[in-house]
Amino acid sequence: MAQTPKRWLLLLPACFFALLAGVFFNVLTTEEYDPHHVPSATVGGTFPEFSLPALGDGQLLTRDTIIGKPLLVNVWATWCISCRVEHGFLNKLAAEGVPIVGVNYKDDPTAASKWLEDLGDPYTQVIVDQDGTLGLDLGVYGAPETYFVDGKGVIQHKFTGVLTVDLWDTELKAIYASLLGH
Amino acid sequence: MRFLFLCLVCVASFSYAVIETYEFNAPEEKATYDTLIEELRCPKCQNQNLAGSNSPIAKDLRAKVYTLIQEGKDKDDIVDYLVARYGNFVRYEPPVTFSTLLLWGGPILLLLIGLLVIFFMQRQSTTTPSSTLTKTEQEALDALLKGAD
Repeated sequence: MAQTPKRWLLLLPACFFALLAGVFFNVLTTEEYDPHHVPSATVGGTFPEFSLPALGDGQLLTRDTIIGKPLLVNVWATWCISCRVEHGFLNKLAAEGVPIVGVNYKDDPTAASKWLEDLGDPYTQVIVDQDGTLGLDLGVYGAPETYFVDGKGVIQHKFTGVLTVDLWDTELKAIYASLLGH
Repeated sequence: MRFLFLCLVCVASFSYAVIETYEFNAPEEKATYDTLIEELRCPKCQNQNLAGSNSPIAKDLRAKVYTLIQEGKDKDDIVDYLVARYGNFVRYEPPVTFSTLLLWGGPILLLLIGLLVIFFMQRQSTTTPSSTLTKTEQEALDALLKGAD
């Protein structure tokens, strides 16, 4: 009988397994769990320097020409189907007076101009980033993406995916409002 | 069975084939490039490295890695460049930080626990002899063994 004083210890591995399984299950079933989410590395940093033409007149745009007041920088392209979904809401935001600068990401400028003629132009300016160099510096990995930039040119927030009325009203509006305070 | 295995081997090697061909000035540069595209993760993909992905962003990043190598940047510079834009998400070998401590230390911790368990079990079996019989029990056993002969 002296040989098995701690038989319950043998259950420890099973308990450990159950604990781990519980933790993983909990994480997997939370609503926030999103394996596609890439942590935004450029948030908190200043908007990158660039020197790229504007859509339409081809005038050279730089960081200094767009930075100065709180604004949204929206990365879009005509090949991006979700961008078409988002476009209507951007028009609405622009009508409400939210300044939005567009980054036409890896796109054909002619197609981009036509898109804005057909669907409306919510942008104060559109930066033509045909090679995706600005996109790379911003940490863009897909479109649409929207950056919330404050008046000093610091990226305060990044939103990946389609902007919608619901998302705007529940969380993004407050973030935009906070930019005005910076 | 062997045929099936061969098929699997072929498929596996195809999935790692990259479309572009880049020319390098030195074999070391090519080696750096090959290592980097194996070690860096495609930001848009779930679990693919730059070498294994056909997505446009992976293609762009391969081109960027090539350009940076041509500019004379070394491996660490290039990793830092991409981490500054895409975060540690792009690294398949994340640095040791507070949030990755369990990831790096976990296996060592488990190994230590295992070694301790083995150590204590060994000690227990040697310190407690298997037969602790009283004098009368021993005599009874001896008698039994004798009888068995």
